Amino acid sequence: MTDGFREPFAIPRFALPALVARIGARLPQWPHAVALAAGLNVAVRLKLLPEESLAPLENRRFLIDVTDTGGRAAFTFRDGRFRPLFSIPETPDLAFRANLSTFMQLAARQEDPDTLFFNRALSIEGDTELGLVVKNMLDAVEWPNFPGMSLSRR
Amino acid sequence: MPQYRIPELVCPAGGLPALRAAVDNGADTVYFGYRNDTNARNFAGLNFDRKAMVEGIGHAHKHGRRALLAINTFPQAGREAEWRAAIDGAADLGVDAVILADVGLLDYASRRHPDLRLHLSVQGSATSHEAINFAHREFGIRRAVLPRVLTLAQVESVIRNTPVEIEVFCFGSLCVMNEGRCWLSSYATGESPNTVGACSPARFVKWERKPGQMDTRLNGILIDRRGDGEPAGYPTLCKGRFEVGGATYYALEEPASLNALELLPEIARIGVAAVKVEGRQRSPAYVAQVTRVMRAALDALGEGPERFTVRPDWRAELGKVSEGSQVTLGAYNRPWR
Repeated sequence: MTDGFREPFAIPRFALPALVARIGARLPQWPHAVALAAGLNVAVRLKLLPEESLAPLENRRFLIDVTDTGGRAAFTFRDGRFRPLFSIPETPDLAFRANLSTFMQLAARQEDPDTLFFNRALSIEGDTELGLVVKNMLDAVEWPNFPGMSLSRR
Repeated sequence: MPQYRIPELVCPAGGLPALRAAVDNGADTVYFGYRNDTNARNFAGLNFDRKAMVEGIGHAHKHGRRALLAINTFPQAGREAEWRAAIDGAADLGVDAVILADVGLLDYASRRHPDLRLHLSVQGSATSHEAINFAHREFGIRRAVLPRVLTLAQVESVIRNTPVEIEVFCFGSLCVMNEGRCWLSSYATGESPNTVGACSPARFVKWERKPGQMDTRLNGILIDRRGDGEPAGYPTLCKGRFEVGGATYYALEEPASLNALELLPEIARIGVAAVKVEGRQRSPAYVAQVTRVMRAALDALGEGPERFTVRPDWRAELGKVSEGSQVTLGAYNRPWR
């Protein structure tokens, strides 16, 4: 890093070829949901997600749609745990759609969801208030420090 | 003639990670608010409870930065006690100043907590030195945040005629800028930023995706329709597109962010005490990106205003995070008054 203000490590914006989505959409979707729910449950167990933010998620159905891989993960939150849904709901309460690079940038906190929404890389459908709860809940989490993913200059 | 000095950089925090991002990336000061309607950024899951505030203020002070608490909505009739309790809490927490908009609250704070430093919020809508000097004389305010409706020449005139420090916005979302008085959102939802702390409360907002387009509805009212890939803004009435005289366009305001980077030498020269970044509703990533650019720019200014130039990578970084993916100098360089 030479100029003192850019991230030392950055996920570029990219889109996978359409063929990937055509193949991906034919694969079973439940492994994504299982992995995602397991990851979120780790955060619940570590008490990283505040209880007052989790309460509004109870029994709501969420869909993560990765448009360029054709991967979709649906899950719900019930009795204190995230649970994968084995069939994709027709009308989820909340759906986030974006391509893989966008979701990676979000996960690494490299880009702000509003930025991605403004430039149309991220779409949010369904219950907007629920979306805001989820966004703000994830923003408020103080993740343990992972090397290379810090927001600070050093 | 005020002495040339580098303005203080004031950055937003909607939560602890954002506050840390501001401090770690070079903010001199952070501002934040309670998780209730004393706060003009009262969105679900955002903002600070008392425990987070204690931690946030501690983090700022440990690094030699200042922490400001915004109590910048107007108390609702019969519920004044909630807003007063927020001020009492701020005094207890040891914040460096509270940012207030309502004259009743300024009066309460100045009497009840004479040692508490008071800033006049942008929501107080004070655009003249007379209004600012009134608040100084009556309530002892030490700083005023100017609404984003003045040209730089007007800002300079205010500074020359008041002993109060002046803070101006240098980056962030713009609206119709009827600050502290906007009721536009109420026409669609019955709620407005100055009453419940949010314009276009999220529960009234609906995005509908259809092939090739996205509709934005506010309480059922269609306020915008965008083609795929067309940049978007916040779902507020003022940034909707409406049919006026047979043409459909942004009749009130285009979605855009203020970016005053190129005006920083002039802002410093006229004696602005502090520059503010908007965006407590945004994520730690935004706070880190914008703070980093503004810090680099202010540091460059410190090396001599005559040599200051806006670097293309600063411009690109700020353009990327802007509302509607476009920036403007807003009122600062408006030729008309």
